[in-house]
Amino acid sequence: MSASQIPADLLFQSSHEWARVEGGTVTVGISDHAQAELTDVVFVELPALGKKVDAGDPTAVVESVKAASDIYSPLSGEVVEVNPAVEGDPSLVNTDPYGAGWIFKIKISNPEQITGLLTPEAYGGMIA
Amino acid sequence: MSDTVLHSPLEAAHLALGARLIPFGGWVMPVQYTSILSEHAAVRNSAGVFDISHMGQVFATGESHLAWLDGLLTNNLSKLSPGQGQYTLMLNESGGVIDDLIAYRISESETLLIVNASMIPEDFAWMGKHLADGVTLRNESDDWAGLAIQGPDSAEIFKKLFPSETLPPRNGISKTPAGEIVCRTGYTGEDGYELFCPAAFGPILFESAISAGAIPCGLGARDTLRLEMCYPLNGNDLSPERSPIEAGLGFFCDLEKPDFIGRATLLSQKANGPEKILTAIEVIDKAPPPRPHYPVLSADGETIGELSSGVLSPTLGKGIAMAYLPAKFSKPGTSLLIDVRGRQFKALTVKKPFLKKPK
Repeated sequence: MSASQIPADLLFQSSHEWARVEGGTVTVGISDHAQAELTDVVFVELPALGKKVDAGDPTAVVESVKAASDIYSPLSGEVVEVNPAVEGDPSLVNTDPYGAGWIFKIKISNPEQITGLLTPEAYGGMIA
Repeated sequence: MSDTVLHSPLEAAHLALGARLIPFGGWVMPVQYTSILSEHAAVRNSAGVFDISHMGQVFATGESHLAWLDGLLTNNLSKLSPGQGQYTLMLNESGGVIDDLIAYRISESETLLIVNASMIPEDFAWMGKHLADGVTLRNESDDWAGLAIQGPDSAEIFKKLFPSETLPPRNGISKTPAGEIVCRTGYTGEDGYELFCPAAFGPILFESAISAGAIPCGLGARDTLRLEMCYPLNGNDLSPERSPIEAGLGFFCDLEKPDFIGRATLLSQKANGPEKILTAIEVIDKAPPPRPHYPVLSADGETIGELSSGVLSPTLGKGIAMAYLPAKFSKPGTSLLIDVRGRQFKALTVKKPFLKKPK
């Protein structure tokens, strides 16, 4: 199996979401390792704008041909943006998981939770 | 039933190709090699090769074996000549499906039954319980490896594998001089054939098929391909509680022939109309892929059943599914709702199959 990409500027969850914290918001997607495990993503169910979530809440759903997988919010807050591109072309989650394949953005309500996320090194160790 | 997990004679070859293996019907089998979507497309556009070593081979022999099988199976075997095969079903006393299978007449005195992997012990026990004098049964399921080579290029691949052999006609069976069994059948809706050879030769034949241009395909693509054609999967779409009339398989039940197990129920359902019918459903809304057990509701919001099978069709790009529904909801063009995680999406019943291929 080829090695998965793990960008150094992101944080991760053990459930394979990545988090890019910028100012007061966090952008969320699934890791390269997760997309490779799921294989062909054929549907992404996005959350409603304005939805309030707690860290660890199922917030979106990514579906491959064989299975539906919940995507858990890494931090608590409010959904302020979703990526319509992955609704139109779910394969973006496979081809560009850290870029065009992002899924939703949360306005962070509790910044202290950030320290609970995995560093790239810790996540890399987990999936090795 | 045993708890031992069975392994295909091709397992080492699957692992070398990077396949993902999953438990299926008591076996460990490849679900995919690279991608279900690309494997599906290979079968529709060129050719794919599936490991079907898990399927069972039961040989019935003896001068009276044909009449005996015709008392056990729904279709009419005595209408076939040696060299021909037919899809057929084995029913319990109340007309429910034990298994669906293909019966191939090898000769006047021998018939081969290819049965579902998970049902081998039960089928064999059922047949043994009803065995008649002058009939011998052999379960050779562990002795054979099987490959299904399917797709528009499958006949060309056959020429490369067996340059001096001719493919049997559709639904036919033949044997090569080396002893391979060739059946012109499949589970994909494409032209193709199923090859059975002694287990030890399976890996060589599998690698030869790949060298000849067949793309290795797993159970994932096998499921999407068969559902586009509305071919039922036993355990999902067939069960001991449902008859072939309810499953829409009346074509494969000869109610004119002398008695066979389950016939009374089929006659009564045919005369009165079945209460429930296995119905093909297309999702109209942009919606998550339909999956087994999702609730089906009438347009008024009343729950009327659940999906027995469902996928996002790779060829059609929309959700396709089947469900046993009350007869009044099974007519093509009936509006329905499918519930996915508490949200309801519009769907429509359609005529089978989903994929209408130009002939």
